[in-house]
Amino acid sequence: MHSFRFTAEPLPAEAEAAREAVRAFLAAELAAGGFVPHRTTWTTFDPDFSRRAGAAGFVGLTVPTEYGGHGRSGLVRYVVTEEMLAAGAPCGAHWIADRQSGPQILRHGTEAAKRAILPRICAGDCSFGIGMSEPGSGSDLAAVRTRAVRDGDGWVINGSKIWTTNAHRVDYLLALVRTGDPGPDRHGGLTQFIVDLAAPGVTVRPILDLSGHHEFNEVFFSDYRVSDAMMVGAEGAGWGLVTEELAFERSGPDRFLSDYRLLVETIDRIGPEPDRFQAAETGRLVAQLAALMGMSGSVARLLDRGIVPGVEAALVKDVGTGFEREVPEVARRLVPVEPSLNAQGEPYREALAHTTLRAPSFTLRGGTREVLRGVIARGLGLR
Amino acid sequence: MEPETAPDDVAGIVLDQAGRLFSAHITPALLAACDGASGPAAWPAPLWEAIDESGLPLALVPEARGGIGLDATVAARLIRACGRAALPLPLPETIAGAALWAAAGGEAGAGALSLVPAAAGVRIAPSGDGFSLDGRAAGVPWGGGVSALLVEASGADGRCLVRLEAPGPATDTRHNLAGEPRDALDLAGRAVPADAVRPLPGWLAGAEGGAIETVGAWIRAEAMVGAMERALASSLDHATERQQFGRPLAKFQAIQHMLADAAGHLAAATAAADLAAAAWGGTRFPLAVAVAKSRCGEAAGRVAEICHQVHGAMGFTQEHGLHRATRRLWSWRDEFGPDVLWQERIGRAVCAGGGAALWPMLVRLRAGAG
Repeated sequence: MHSFRFTAEPLPAEAEAAREAVRAFLAAELAAGGFVPHRTTWTTFDPDFSRRAGAAGFVGLTVPTEYGGHGRSGLVRYVVTEEMLAAGAPCGAHWIADRQSGPQILRHGTEAAKRAILPRICAGDCSFGIGMSEPGSGSDLAAVRTRAVRDGDGWVINGSKIWTTNAHRVDYLLALVRTGDPGPDRHGGLTQFIVDLAAPGVTVRPILDLSGHHEFNEVFFSDYRVSDAMMVGAEGAGWGLVTEELAFERSGPDRFLSDYRLLVETIDRIGPEPDRFQAAETGRLVAQLAALMGMSGSVARLLDRGIVPGVEAALVKDVGTGFEREVPEVARRLVPVEPSLNAQGEPYREALAHTTLRAPSFTLRGGTREVLRGVIARGLGLR
Repeated sequence: MEPETAPDDVAGIVLDQAGRLFSAHITPALLAACDGASGPAAWPAPLWEAIDESGLPLALVPEARGGIGLDATVAARLIRACGRAALPLPLPETIAGAALWAAAGGEAGAGALSLVPAAAGVRIAPSGDGFSLDGRAAGVPWGGGVSALLVEASGADGRCLVRLEAPGPATDTRHNLAGEPRDALDLAGRAVPADAVRPLPGWLAGAEGGAIETVGAWIRAEAMVGAMERALASSLDHATERQQFGRPLAKFQAIQHMLADAAGHLAAATAAADLAAAAWGGTRFPLAVAVAKSRCGEAAGRVAEICHQVHGAMGFTQEHGLHRATRRLWSWRDEFGPDVLWQERIGRAVCAGGGAALWPMLVRLRAGAG
């Protein structure tokens, strides 16, 4: 039987030491009205907040100082991140760049791309989106059809991407496109490029979500020209690069803290004297959350040692997003009042409303529950 | 699920030794003979003697007090191994009871030790040079077969720990769902010498529900992890071997997703139990145990359900060994406080502290002992 590689050590002192600094920053932000916790989450796009976080030294923590970063460990970044999420800070404008595009460029990008882009990411002044899904390929990434064709000293891209979060307001996409044949395992012939959304040949069409918010987009490439300097990783190496980052993408605290502020508001709305039902269900959720923090912290330590625990990361995301989906469903039974999108002065009702409308995305984004369960089943030796 | 290597040599040796001992002794026939659900439950004396000789009962007692001095995270793996093997003996109770007694300043004793659940409400009063007990202990694991009981008794000065040697035969023997003895003993008028009464260790003095219930809930949580590992391993084997509609069950996506769900519950339960083990000996232990018993208890029900579904009718027979794990899970989730009771305790503490206090509490909890 497969042995999972979760461990049970606490985070190192260096990482814990960063906690006080980020808490002080967040307390000052709250005092100054920098964000309203029950209305924002880590996906909320707020470039001003991201610049302030960058100026305070909380973005690009793992990037070396020569590229404008802070040269800290992944575990320091982990602590900073979980504190931001628990506070409900609006991290959307730097999230993708900080979590995955920046690290990908650092490891696999050209020197020119590193010099041009990393310092801006670390300043919280450069935002990224992910260009993976296509109209014909959602969960099945190997079916990517957007194609880049060699043209002199660069490439010409044609095709389209969909569900591209924030494409209408980010600076760049890290796009996965086809440069060759898929091969027998279907994983060949894919390459990543940094796409400048301000350049000619790219158009962005909004897709409103179910509550009318504009975060998603469809992105069309029409003879979009990109230079070799913007290629990330070798030609045809895209699949390996994309899957390499999945363990980071799937195991972080963003997979179980998306609606943490609703849990906080629920507890405050219940008050200090819960009835039995309220106490038991609140306690059940808190026990689930404590276990998830243990699992996720454990994967973070493995990643920090260079181990890539793909199955363990998938377990964190599957269990974690299941928890996130359950929070609003439990909350509405504990505090049975109607949710409202604009219940001024009643943060619980607002948080319940916004969370209920966002919740379906929790188990879709970054790999659906069904894809994750397939990954876990493979890890269990069933596939 | 067990990591492949132990954290250090002594721990590895102890865990290997326990594994070899269990696999040599614990046969289906032995488990059947010890199952009180289908006849009188035997006390497997040769197995206990082998365990006693190995020193495993004192695994968690510090070396300075005559024990092996394992870290609690390693002792937790030993207790998980007991749960995985469906060990029909109170070794987890003895390991935890001996360590609790040592933490209270008591001298290490010999033989099997059991824990008297909190609900017994045993009283203690001075009598001559020592003390006298009053009350009836119920639901005591193997209470009629052990050499000593650890009792949490209430007296004029509050609660204390009592180590009652030679507790005598059970007045009433009942069984949990797995057929494990859960005995009643009459303690009225039992005399105990002064050195068999100790104050509660400071880190357990504030534990809601009591020191013994907290320690008992911890070992049940750890043992549930082991029993879930056994049930899931059996399900994976079955799904791989059993053919239906011309292919192994494992190839059906519905089966894959059910087992992935069970694995998620097991992983979360393991992480929660890890928190409790890491907190042993510190003031965060009671809260960490509450989290562990809550999460393991919730997982136990789901994992047992899924594993039975995957095994089909075969898993519902006495012949198949799945019930050795699942009947224990259904009992252990309720012993030393059912998960809903521990969830209530967490919930009341969290609500009393307010929403803003939750996050710092969770961060401290993950930081381990302290």
